[in-house]
Amino acid sequence: MKKLLAALAAAALAHGAYAQNTIKVGVVTFLSGPAAAPFGVPARNAAEFVAEALNKGGAPKPYEKRGFGGANLELVFVDEAGSTTTQVTEYRNLVQRANVDLVIGYVSSGNCLAIAPVAEELKKLTNFFDCGTPRIFEDASYNYVFRTSPTATMDSVGAALYVRDAKPSVKSIAGINQNYAWGQDSWGDFEAAMKVLVPNVEVKTSQMPKLFAGQYNAEISALLSAKPDVIHSSFWNGDLEALILQGGPRGLMKQSLTILTTGETAMHKLSAQIPDGTVLGARGPFGPYAPKNSYNDWFLAGYVAKYKEQPNYASYQMAQAFLGVKLAWEKAQDANGGKRPTNEQVGAALTGSTFEGPGGTVRMAIGKGHQAIMETVYGQTKLDKGKLTVVNVKRYSAEQVNPPEGIKSADWIKNGFKAK
Amino acid sequence: MDQLLSVGVDGVIYSAWLFTAALGLTLIYGVMKIVNVTHGSFYALGAYAAASLTGAWLARGYPPMLSYLVLLAAALLVSVVVAPLIERAILRYMYAKDEVVILLITYALFLVLEDVIKLVWGVNPYYIAQPYALLGSFTVGGLAHPTYNLILVVLALVSGLGLAWMLNRTRVGKLLLAVIHDPEVSRAMGINVNRYYLVTFTFGSMLAALAGAFTAPTVSVVPGLGVEIIVLSFAVVVIGGLGSLPGAALGAVIVGMVRSLSVHYMPQVELFVIYFVMAMVLAFRPRGLFSLAEPRKI
Repeated sequence: MKKLLAALAAAALAHGAYAQNTIKVGVVTFLSGPAAAPFGVPARNAAEFVAEALNKGGAPKPYEKRGFGGANLELVFVDEAGSTTTQVTEYRNLVQRANVDLVIGYVSSGNCLAIAPVAEELKKLTNFFDCGTPRIFEDASYNYVFRTSPTATMDSVGAALYVRDAKPSVKSIAGINQNYAWGQDSWGDFEAAMKVLVPNVEVKTSQMPKLFAGQYNAEISALLSAKPDVIHSSFWNGDLEALILQGGPRGLMKQSLTILTTGETAMHKLSAQIPDGTVLGARGPFGPYAPKNSYNDWFLAGYVAKYKEQPNYASYQMAQAFLGVKLAWEKAQDANGGKRPTNEQVGAALTGSTFEGPGGTVRMAIGKGHQAIMETVYGQTKLDKGKLTVVNVKRYSAEQVNPPEGIKSADWIKNGFKAK
Repeated sequence: MDQLLSVGVDGVIYSAWLFTAALGLTLIYGVMKIVNVTHGSFYALGAYAAASLTGAWLARGYPPMLSYLVLLAAALLVSVVVAPLIERAILRYMYAKDEVVILLITYALFLVLEDVIKLVWGVNPYYIAQPYALLGSFTVGGLAHPTYNLILVVLALVSGLGLAWMLNRTRVGKLLLAVIHDPEVSRAMGINVNRYYLVTFTFGSMLAALAGAFTAPTVSVVPGLGVEIIVLSFAVVVIGGLGSLPGAALGAVIVGMVRSLSVHYMPQVELFVIYFVMAMVLAFRPRGLFSLAEPRKI
């Protein structure tokens, strides 16, 4: 009996020590469904790689400490596929049953909008790594919610600036975007920004096919008939790839300067099918646009060695989400006398912080210090010896493509943003 | 004028694609009275099988022109293996149940097959772009269209006319019509109705797989591919009348043309217009345009 009690006590102590030395991170991203391949799986891979690498220690300074402040990371993955209601339930399960210490995740803007108030209610530090809608911190204010990636406003404003620079003679534009919040907002921001840059620009047509429609022959015909100088598309996943596969052979990208704001996710898979001169975005300085720095060297080499493929922008966003929280966690832990910090202390350290990652400098500069801004980059494709490269690369500073604190994106664009 | 021509060409191509996909759905309903949601799974299976086999064919340096036959073979192969398995192992035990129960069973099978697809092929996309660009393009109204799209039109014509010929001109077809009209009397007359169910389910699924296989070169083959097509196919067969072959053809042409007109002239209503047409048809012809009068049974 004594032996049994001793064993139980030892187990309880070991569990306590384990819990003290382990930080459970809920990681939510698409593991199935159409968004898994372009976003979910590359992001999950990045989370897995970064957590393993951090647990081993030895990442570039200032991320060299093991795990978060010496405590190992344990990841709990949740599939983001399914309805928003399902995601809210899954989030509650993560926090209340799995007892995670923090949550990093969410690709879908709809999910982010639904999760933010629940995170606040449950007082759980939650970092959105990818979703694009600027409404999260423009329409509300949160203590426990953060986003270490820039909003979709940056993509559209950056695209408009690139069009102005690459094709100063632009007189007409057209769009093909998916008929839901992401597609409509992206086109709305791009159109508004173009009207600021080229006041008399003519909108030839705005095609809004259903999400995952897959067949775009009629839309491509309509775009070809309209003969716009520029075509804008925020298509992603299979829709993006179908547009490239169906539009390429018909000369769509040759006739008009075509800007694909999330095109980077397709560039490695469809390198032979993307016509030269197509403008690709990566939702920030990620992938082929990532700067030369020690963090990118570390991340790129480690990811490619582990997964035998190039990381895409979703992978970069996930990596920087971990690094941002790690730095804040350790700062809060130091301020707490080396003891494990509370969610409130980590949140306070992350608010308004600046950190470096594989995509360069991330500044939590807007949304009362909860929303990141970064520079953005666009370039044009060129097939070089069978490898797709980007040329005519242009970088736009964070201030050029993100609204200042306290101003809504739509108002900022309408009022002329930083067009110069 | 050029734009009207373009509307016509786009409409015909879209209608042909839709018709091939919806044909098997209406056939299976006509014979077996099953609203078959697994039709979407066979479309996806056809696409995945085509992407795998054609990809392997091209990767080994075999003649690209023969890749069209590989697309065909992939669709036949996957449907001949999977469809009889589902019919014999599951569906045949359900025929006595209510139509709604069978619909739910096929929906459950659809979900299972979606996961089976992920288990076999994973979640990463597959591409076989070569067959799409291989045949060059033709120009109508100043716009280039890939010649490959004509294959879709030919496929629709061959499938539709072939099925009509088989039903009306062959002994098997006439026996099948008898089964469609009254399975119980057919059984009493010595027709092996269960065998006809098996053949119909396999053939109908094969048509879905064919549509998926020939769509594969134009898209990236990803999980969830079968979801969209099942919704559109239902719209087509509901407009035409469930179980009607000419109804499916007319439904596909109406949806294809209306969508094409909307994309060219009023893109903001493209999403709405297909279902508006469906609602209008159902308001005036609740059983579809080509619904047949049903004999009353005492």
